[in-house]
Formats: sequence, structure tokens, C-alpha cells
Amino acid sequence: MEKKRAYSLNFIIGAVITGVMLVLILTGFIHTPYDITKMDSTAKLAAPSLEHLMGCDNFGRDIFSRVLKGMGNTFTIAVATVAIGAVCGVLIGAFTGYFGGWLDEVLMRINDVVFAFPSILLALVFVSIFGTGKYNVVAALGIAFIPSFARIVRGEFIKYKDMDYVKSARLAGVPKLRIIFVHILPNTMPVLMSSIMIGFNNAVLAEAGMSYLGIGVQPPDASLGSMLSESQTYLFSAPWYAAFPGLMIILMVLGFSLLADGNTKRV
Amino acid sequence: MLLEVKKLSIEFHDHDVPERVVNKLDMELEAGDILGIVGESGSGKSMTAMAIAGLLRRHDMKTEGEILFEGEELLHAKRDTLRQYQGNDISIVFQEPMTSLNPVKRIGWQVEESLRIHRPDMSKDERYRRAIEVLTDVELENPEIVYKKYPHELSGGMRQRVMIASAMICEPKLLIADEPTTALDVTIQLQIVKLLQRLNREKHTAILFISHDLSLVKRLCSKIVVMHNGNMVETGTTEEIFHNPKMDYTKELLRAIPRLEKIVF
Repeated sequence: MEKKRAYSLNFIIGAVITGVMLVLILTGFIHTPYDITKMDSTAKLAAPSLEHLMGCDNFGRDIFSRVLKGMGNTFTIAVATVAIGAVCGVLIGAFTGYFGGWLDEVLMRINDVVFAFPSILLALVFVSIFGTGKYNVVAALGIAFIPSFARIVRGEFIKYKDMDYVKSARLAGVPKLRIIFVHILPNTMPVLMSSIMIGFNNAVLAEAGMSYLGIGVQPPDASLGSMLSESQTYLFSAPWYAAFPGLMIILMVLGFSLLADGNTKRV
Repeated sequence: MLLEVKKLSIEFHDHDVPERVVNKLDMELEAGDILGIVGESGSGKSMTAMAIAGLLRRHDMKTEGEILFEGEELLHAKRDTLRQYQGNDISIVFQEPMTSLNPVKRIGWQVEESLRIHRPDMSKDERYRRAIEVLTDVELENPEIVYKKYPHELSGGMRQRVMIASAMICEPKLLIADEPTTALDVTIQLQIVKLLQRLNREKHTAILFISHDLSLVKRLCSKIVVMHNGNMVETGTTEEIFHNPKMDYTKELLRAIPRLEKIVF
């Protein structure tokens, strides 16, 4: 008989927030109330109303539509970043952890070098070489995210590789790759899931930061970070312009933090 | 001769001074026979077992001598050659039933793993039938239910039976049991020993039984190798060792068996 596991309050709140966010993001992909680049000169810096739920920006563009689109951009960039980081990190961590030896030494020292740079700085260097834009930011942040995953997975593999069940698998003549990916990898899932969620948060913040600095998503496309940076001039005349994108960043990060937290507690 | 070990030496080279854990060990095992290796902790008996199983292939370790399995040298054989035997002709049951099953995989999946590797032409249904067959063979009740369970849902004794089942699924010629009963309580120990005995009789699987428990060894094995500090102290049939031990160390070991009449109430 399977007992149903009780979820913590944190986990439930996190799930609700994340769920609402995902619904908003999906809506943004399919339909926005206004075209995000359409300017309405009569509605410059308009206050929130039924017509414009979150008001309008300095060009008279609907902030709600832009927030929806911006969340979508931030989300896809964060997901892509974490995907690159997690896949490469798992591969590197698994091989170095399982085999050890000189391969481990070499890759981990490279890892340390990458890890030593703050991810924003690394991304700045990358962008200054390859140019601005969504895809370059994804690549830059993705590379910066590899070391943290690689380390965690490597540690887990070192822990599991000498367990008796791995020995008996080896003894049953199971090929190495199968041992790594079928026998050991599922055991690292709880830890890996938590770090993916935490990594996602960092990616959201990093993307917002890069767009804020103007090297991420390029105007007129919307991103939560770039909206924040555009809005700071109007912080006192139109506070809603800054408040809503900021709130969305907070909610996205908070939702995933709570989910990750609830997830670690269940393990 | 199923298994011949000739002048096997194992040395660790991970420190400045090499550490010799097994020293020029010779032993033989006939097909269908049960050989016991006894000795205290650190006597090198598990190392010998690991070497036979081909698990000692590390660069910080030096092995000398020969291990012949049906005449084929295994100690320095290529990995691919070795893999043909591992799990198929030679399999092993470890001491700790709590850690020797993968916690995230179902029992059935783990028992079938050897089949997936060594009998790739078997269909899913055939594998399932074979798995149920061995689970029944090791006297587990309701094998269909056990098949679907996770290791943490089973008791220690049941897990050890599952381990034996997954070791036996390819009908190996040699089963290495590395202290399979040490982590279990006494009544279960006896059941496991009886199970091994029955499997030996019915399937003619030779068993290399490693233990420090002489009373179990006496029950199960026809021949015994006594080890101490990596050296073979004495070898002979169970009769000879128990009734006419030649070496002092063997006599001491025999004296260390707890006996009922010694207990004073």
C-alpha cells in the first residue's frame, strides 16, 4: 500500500504561485490584450484602469501585455539556461565522479576556473565578444551554470559509485554507461531536482539583471529586467510601471524557492 | 576443476609502503562443490572473493598469480572477456542486504538486470516468467507482489533472498557468497544457509562461502580454507578441520565458537 505523502504548506503555496505564473506565461504566448509594441500617445503613463490593468508606459504601451510577454521571455531564457547547465553539468559530473583519475582532475580544475567568475561577469565577457541578444545570453548563462551542476552531480556519483548495488551491477557484467545512467543517475534525482529549481531562480534573476543592463532581450521586445530599467526614470510619476514587472520577478522566484524548499524537505 | 586459484597475491599501492592483503593463496573448487573460506576480519577473505569476481581492477592495486575459471585465466583477462563471465557464470551475494539493492528501482527490475545483459534475445514476458521462477526458487512468498516492490519495503532476510535470486537468475556455475548471513539474525541465517544448500543440490551451483561463523560453515561446506593475515593457514575437508586441526590458529578459531553448555545461568 502506497501512503500518500503529505506536502508542506510551503510546497503548496509555491505550487499555487508557480501555477498562476505558468498560466500567465502561457496566456502571454498565445494572446496578449494589446500588441506589445503598439503605442497610444493619449495613454502615456496612464494609471492602472479596467482598460489597462497595469497602466501604460512612457510610450503608451500596455504594461500588462508587456509583462505577460516579458515573463514568457524571462521564463524561456531561464529554462534554456538551466537545461544547458543541467545537461552538460550532469554529463561532466557523472563521468568525472564515476571514473575519477586525470579526467576528473582536468575537468574539475576547468570547472573551478569557470566557477571563480561571477556568472554576470562571465556573461558580460561572452556578450561583449559575441554580441547582445537572447540566444547569446542563453549560451553565456548556460555555460556559467554548468559548474554548479557538475559539482553536485559529481559529489553524488562519488557517494554512490562504491555502493554494494553498484558493485553487484558491475559484477553482473553491466556496461559502464548503463551503470552510470540507469543505475546511479536516478539516485541523484532528489538532489538534482532541488538544484535545478534553485538554478532556475538564479537564472531568472541573472536574466533580469542582464536585460536591466541592456545586454539581454533587446527592445522593442519586452523582458521584465528591461522594463525595470526603462521604468526607473518614472519611478515617482508612474510607480506602477516599475512595481508590476518587479512584483512578477519576485513572485516567479518566490514560487520556485518555495517549491524547491518543499521538495528538499520531502527527501 | 571449476575454479583454480594459483599463488594469488594482492597488494595495495596507494601508500608509500605497499600493503599485501593476500599472500600467495592457492585453492581449488570442483563444480557443484561448496568451499568455505573462514578467517577473522582483515584476513583477506573478502579480497580473495573480489579478485575472483573481477572487481579488483584498480590502478592503485597490484595482483599476481592466476585465477583459472574452467581453465580460462580471469585475473588479467580483458574486460570484455571478464564481462562474459560476470553475472552469467560467476555471481556474488554481498554481506549487507540493506545496501546491495538499488533503492530507486523495483525488485523485479533488479532481478532481471543480468538477463537483460546476458540474454538480450529474451522477450519481456520470458524475463518476467524467469524472474518469478527464481523468486519462487528462493522461497519468497507471493513473488508477483515482491516483484513490484521497492527494496525499502522488504525485510533484511527477504532482501538477501532477492539478492540470491538475482545472483541465480542466469544459473551461474559459481556463486560467491561474501558473508551473506552476517547482517541477519540467527534464525534467518539458518534459513539462508539451508536455501544455499538446496540451490547447490538442485542446480549444482558451486558455492564459495565466505564467513567468520564456523558453525554455519560446518553446516554448509564440504571443504574449508582457513585464512589469517592474508595467508592460508590450513585447508582440508570440514571433517579434518573440525576434528583434527593441525595449526594453532585453527584450534583457536574452533575454541572461539560459542557453545551452549558454557553459558552459566
